[in-house]
Amino acid sequence: MASVATKPIVEQDDLIIEEYGYDDHFHDHHHGDKYQSNFLTTYVFSQDHKIIAKQFLITGMFWAVVGGLMSLVFRLQLGFPEENMAWLKPVLGKWININDGIGTLSPEFYYALVTMHGTIIVFFVLTAGLSGTFSNLLIPLQVGARDMASPFLNMLSYWFFFLAGVIMFLSLFLSTGPFSGGWTAYPPLSALPQASSGSGAGMTLWLLSLVFFVVSVLLGGINYITTVLNLRTKGMTMWRLPLTIWAFFVTAVLGLLSFPVLVSGFLMLMLDRGLGTSFFLSEIYIGGQALDHVGGSPILYQHLFWFLGHPEVYIIILPAMGLVSEVLSVHSRKPIFGYKAMVYSILAIGFLSFIVWAHHMFMSGVNPFISNFFVIFTLIIAVPSAVKVFNWIATLYGGNVRFTSASLFAIGFVSLFISGGLTGIFLGNSAIDIQLHDTYFVVAHFHIVMGVAAFFGMFAGVYQWFPKMYGRFMNETLGKIHFWGTIIGSYAIFWPMHYLGMAGVPRRYYSFDSFDAFKHFAEMNQFITVAAILTFAFQILFVINFFYSIWKGKKMTTKNPWGATTLEWTTPIETGHGNWPGKIPAVQRWAYDYGKDGKDFIAQIEPLAEGESETH
Amino acid sequence: MNAVVTSEVYSRNKIHPKKFALIAACAGMFMSFIALTSAYIVRQAAGNWLEFQLPAIFYYNTLVVVASSLFLHFSYKGFLKGNTRQYRFSMVAAFVLGLLFLVLQYQGWHEMDNLGLGLTVNPSSSFIYLISGWHAAHILGGIGVLAVALLHAFLLVHKVTVKRKQRFELTLIFWHFVDFLWVYLLVFFTIQS
Repeated sequence: MASVATKPIVEQDDLIIEEYGYDDHFHDHHHGDKYQSNFLTTYVFSQDHKIIAKQFLITGMFWAVVGGLMSLVFRLQLGFPEENMAWLKPVLGKWININDGIGTLSPEFYYALVTMHGTIIVFFVLTAGLSGTFSNLLIPLQVGARDMASPFLNMLSYWFFFLAGVIMFLSLFLSTGPFSGGWTAYPPLSALPQASSGSGAGMTLWLLSLVFFVVSVLLGGINYITTVLNLRTKGMTMWRLPLTIWAFFVTAVLGLLSFPVLVSGFLMLMLDRGLGTSFFLSEIYIGGQALDHVGGSPILYQHLFWFLGHPEVYIIILPAMGLVSEVLSVHSRKPIFGYKAMVYSILAIGFLSFIVWAHHMFMSGVNPFISNFFVIFTLIIAVPSAVKVFNWIATLYGGNVRFTSASLFAIGFVSLFISGGLTGIFLGNSAIDIQLHDTYFVVAHFHIVMGVAAFFGMFAGVYQWFPKMYGRFMNETLGKIHFWGTIIGSYAIFWPMHYLGMAGVPRRYYSFDSFDAFKHFAEMNQFITVAAILTFAFQILFVINFFYSIWKGKKMTTKNPWGATTLEWTTPIETGHGNWPGKIPAVQRWAYDYGKDGKDFIAQIEPLAEGESETH
Repeated sequence: MNAVVTSEVYSRNKIHPKKFALIAACAGMFMSFIALTSAYIVRQAAGNWLEFQLPAIFYYNTLVVVASSLFLHFSYKGFLKGNTRQYRFSMVAAFVLGLLFLVLQYQGWHEMDNLGLGLTVNPSSSFIYLISGWHAAHILGGIGVLAVALLHAFLLVHKVTVKRKQRFELTLIFWHFVDFLWVYLLVFFTIQS
């Protein structure tokens, strides 16, 4: 590979790896050439986990911009329903109706935008973009592996995601519009092609896209699990893994066990749509005509959907938690507080996430006694979550905190997770949910706790590991502006929504013009819309910073710029295929030896000094 | 022919990563069937559920699929021992029985249809078609894998290398999985009715 002349300095850690690492004869066989012989195999159909990570990240960023822009359009409708939207006609075409020169957003398309915003952000950005990026980048690097267990399946995982994206993107341009029945795709709107304009071809493409997406998640997840369990380097016991890896591992297990359940639900939905079965459809009249369907249960779909859907929110938040734990520890120059408690709480959250799904269905007519069961487990999940929050704060406490863009976003994550998590305790009570369900209170809750918070974890990760990805730094000043704009902006968007929700303002409504009870919230809605536009503008700043820094950012001059202990920083600045040019490093200690025995940090590859005890 | 284990053993793991990955994948597939059978129970409890006896052919067919699994195992033993005849012909038997299973499943669906238990008649029949059909799709995948193994058996010289042994083991795991999946489903249908 033609590399820029980086000084071939032999550093201390190279010597340690040479002495203590072990030789797997990786470089004897010239794998590198097989994988990266031309442009196509290096950058497009790459089997190198680091390139695949970048592919996931950049595709995720594309979708984040699309999903974000969609939210701005429907926020304009909610904040400024009377304004002329004719200027959007060149982009949205027939979805802007023009009457007497005044353009209005068509209600059908409003629902399509809300649906697509949810689908895109939940699946394409916060699942594929977050877990896909960082599991790929960090698992092999931090456990000390040459690559994933199956680089080929790993490549397929990305391309199935890409295919899912292409199909979803095409559905945006259908003349009947994309699916518009909500990201949860409840029947009958999803089961009857004639139910709404998006329920026909739009829903068919939605289903197809998500089936490919599930294939992508499963291929990725199987690889992540196998790599963590089977390809750890010498000395890397499970209890020496960085918390990032624990989080990615449990995330992958959740995905492996819950996404197939969604597929089963989709199969039944497809049969209902195409072959006339009645799994989810009961007696229905459409256009004055009775349909043949008898005795189906739409609630059954909700059970199957939320059996995935709830673990899914942890699939989104756990990787963010892992990234934040790592970033906070590195930048407060202290060991993570309560490492084992952190691991056990990840495991507890993972387990509990499977037995709380019906709290999404309290008001759908499920038996109230069954609801009690789900209330209890929902409230119990607050315990491991609180353990994590306590440990993050304790990690920061008394630390010598470096306020970098990465650590600011990690601290922001903790703030958001607390304020969004507390409202979860309200919503988890089935009695309070009678008032709050389907209101903006719910919208505020989940956007803060798993939407914005997960984005913050992702930003922390990108700023932290950007040097590992591209050998350059992102601009810190822009990063800090991005942080302050985003955290203030996000709270400005979602905090007022709690008030709307408590007053009973329902979510998913196109307009509140005809509701006297909600009219006085018009100004608050305007405020939210303006805040959303400004916050989005700060994200554009991030995108510019990202791409500018790939080519023009400040170059990395040392291998370990943050002074971190983990293995990825022992690889060369320009990390080639196989990650380590010579032997694989052996691990001698856990990942959090910061400030031990008067040293700023001790890398995982350093053997215990004489008389040093491993206990921390 | 002489069967000799060549090449070094994978040193770092008790279980080969690919084997482990396949087992994890099977766990994922199994979850999809758990979901369908759970949905079956929930829907059945809700009433408007037509009870009927599963056609006998599904029971006979279980013997077919179990026999196929046994033959493949026998073939594996032959492969290890260097007994080429046992290796090849047991695998042919496993493959043919696998195909026969699909044909008989199709006959079973026909028989149900003839009894007036079509796909859309009642959720109870819809579930049978869906679950057995989804299972048949997995069997079809298994048959594809067996076809490759069959080609290996007849086109390659019989030599027990680490790579071929692993490959056979992967085939074996998946085929046993889809076969015993059917046993699980049949027991489930029988207990539930």
